[in-house]
Amino acid sequence: MFRIIYRQTLAAKIHLFKIEAPAIARKAQAGQFVVVRIDDRGERIPLTLADWDAREGSVTVVFMEVGATTRRLALLKAGDSIADLVGPLGVPTHIDKFGTVVCVAGGVGVAPITPIARALKEKGNRIISILGARCKDLLFWEDKLRSVSHQLIVTTDDGTYGRKGVVTEPLKELLESGEKVDRVIAVGPSIMMKFCAQTTKPFGVKTIVSLNPIMVDGTGMCGCCRVSVGGVTKFACVDGPDFDGHQVDWDLLFARQRTYLNEEKRSFEQQQAQVRKCS
Amino acid sequence: MAKVNLNREPMSKQDPKTRGKNFNEVALGYSAEQAKAEASRCLQDPKHPCTDGCPVGIYIPGFIKAVLDGNMPEAVRILKDKNSLPGICGRVCPQETQCEQACILAKKGAPIAIGRLERYVADWERAHPEIREQQKERISFNGKKVAIVGSGPAGLTCAADLAKLGYRVTIFEALHVAGGVLMYGIPEFRLPKTIVQGEVDYVKSLGVDIKLNHVIGKIATVDELLNDGFDAVFLAPGAGAPMFLDIPGENLTGIYSANEFLTRTNLMKAYRFPEYDTPIQVGRRVAVFGAGNVAMDASRCALRLGAEQVYIIYRRSRAEMPARLEERENAEEEGVVFKLLTNPSKFIGDERGRVRAVELYEMALGEPDASGRARPIRKPGSEFVMEIDTAIPALGTRPNPIIPSTTKGLELTKWGTVLTDEVTGRTSRDRVWCGGDMATGAATVISAMGAGRRAATDIDARLRNRLAL
Repeated sequence: MFRIIYRQTLAAKIHLFKIEAPAIARKAQAGQFVVVRIDDRGERIPLTLADWDAREGSVTVVFMEVGATTRRLALLKAGDSIADLVGPLGVPTHIDKFGTVVCVAGGVGVAPITPIARALKEKGNRIISILGARCKDLLFWEDKLRSVSHQLIVTTDDGTYGRKGVVTEPLKELLESGEKVDRVIAVGPSIMMKFCAQTTKPFGVKTIVSLNPIMVDGTGMCGCCRVSVGGVTKFACVDGPDFDGHQVDWDLLFARQRTYLNEEKRSFEQQQAQVRKCS
Repeated sequence: MAKVNLNREPMSKQDPKTRGKNFNEVALGYSAEQAKAEASRCLQDPKHPCTDGCPVGIYIPGFIKAVLDGNMPEAVRILKDKNSLPGICGRVCPQETQCEQACILAKKGAPIAIGRLERYVADWERAHPEIREQQKERISFNGKKVAIVGSGPAGLTCAADLAKLGYRVTIFEALHVAGGVLMYGIPEFRLPKTIVQGEVDYVKSLGVDIKLNHVIGKIATVDELLNDGFDAVFLAPGAGAPMFLDIPGENLTGIYSANEFLTRTNLMKAYRFPEYDTPIQVGRRVAVFGAGNVAMDASRCALRLGAEQVYIIYRRSRAEMPARLEERENAEEEGVVFKLLTNPSKFIGDERGRVRAVELYEMALGEPDASGRARPIRKPGSEFVMEIDTAIPALGTRPNPIIPSTTKGLELTKWGTVLTDEVTGRTSRDRVWCGGDMATGAATVISAMGAGRRAATDIDARLRNRLAL
């Protein structure tokens, strides 16, 4: 069992859990993920690491309530435990001295991109971060990301905070301004990562995206998370989750992510029915 | 001499019509009378060719005699002396090519049903836990620690053998339950999961510590294990990455590797969705590609999950099918249709990226190829399209990259498996042994157990020498 030592609701339906996992915390690196299973009936879902603390022996994950499992996870309190936590999985994000790196975070993506920006900054890169959310209420970790960036641009779709618009607009302007950008890293909703990759492509700037397909074991055994990159089938769990955004077959990723929408609906209805029974 | 009895005692099974709709065990096992009747047929040949045909060397005439005499604790003792997982082996071993093939009555077409008797003894033991207590050996720790990667048949066998010899054994298992392929791969109706957990509990009762959720190569490397006080490491992480057909459209949704399909069904219990959280989609028409035991398991799971038509699509003929005869018969009895000499050329999707059909073509058999089997040749102009809702390639696996890529100096074969001495299980790295599918490529449960046993013997010999030095 893995104990939740701290939890915090960061925004509507977005939660942070700090979980006791000393062995994982010792080995974790930026860009890696864990697989979580709540209890004996639970499914296995991947969550990218938002932080870890080897001294405290904890890992931090941030997730949004989107499906049956994340909704159930959100009901847990500090002191509760989850049955299984496996990690750190996946290939860590490639950290090197590139020069200037633009880190683009959308929505919950700010959590996993923060340790990536931190590692890149420690390596001597100049970090320009772009943080986007739908509205002010859904923004979090602005300060954290700022603290590991040399420059931070915030956007909201509705203009309730920062600049009105989506992250690809300042990204494009940056590239057009003649600023020498050596690498872009985009983490967030798949559609955002796709448009970031589309934006940078004409400029020929290498763009790394962190893919989040459906997974089961997370160790390369089942092939559920297969993605097509440069026309070659890859397993996101062991070959990724980071890939060259210009090479990713995005439509395939979207289709595979939608596989279980109907089942999600059934789970949701069942959960609702159970909630009613309890009250 | 008594007249030789050539009537093999049959084992009753669930009726094919009902069993195709449930996940309960298909084969129902022997009653005490049936077991004695079958045991009475054994000629007790002092040369015991059956024992030589057993990869773990069970003294088969001995345990059969004990069954006949009604001395069940003795039967258990003889079995467990060589086999820590008899409830599993009695169900999934290919006895027809091992012990039963070697039986002198095999020549007359009626070998002793050794597998069924083994299962009978194992099930009797499970129903009599006090026997396990009584037979528990006193083990004293010899001061040496061994790490085992993977808790499948190879890992469990090696762990049990070493624990009995006094080693302190820790198994590192990547998944959330122990048992490996016995849990995620082989379906409930062929190998009930309570049986597997019973055998795992036995291994634990020997003092073996099983650490779940530990992916070696990630949470700790093989070198870290060796530096952290383990005197030896046995690698038995099992089958790795599933292979696909390498034809257009195979990443469409609705196409599952057999590993994924079986993992969702067996390990995650998707057949009980939404009571269990993991979903699976089956639809009406399912095509399984390949004709090994895994293909049979996947096709029979698909039927039980509600599919109306399930096809096994195989490019060779019936004679070349690698699955056990018993599994093929079970599948056909339940309604799985074999489409032989047929091969896929592409999958066709709908506008939402979901598979809706597969294009197939017919094959003819030509001259034998390198494997000695007739080479299938494409028949020109034989293409046709078959509508399907789900496709399941069951084509075997390639080794998982996690351990090789994190273990320096571990030599691999050209297939990517770990280069391993067949007799001893030794690898190119000192103090590192390997066995099971990681060493041989996909094979059987019992061959993995045999590898676990041989590695345990060699580890013991090596570490003892070290003690002596």
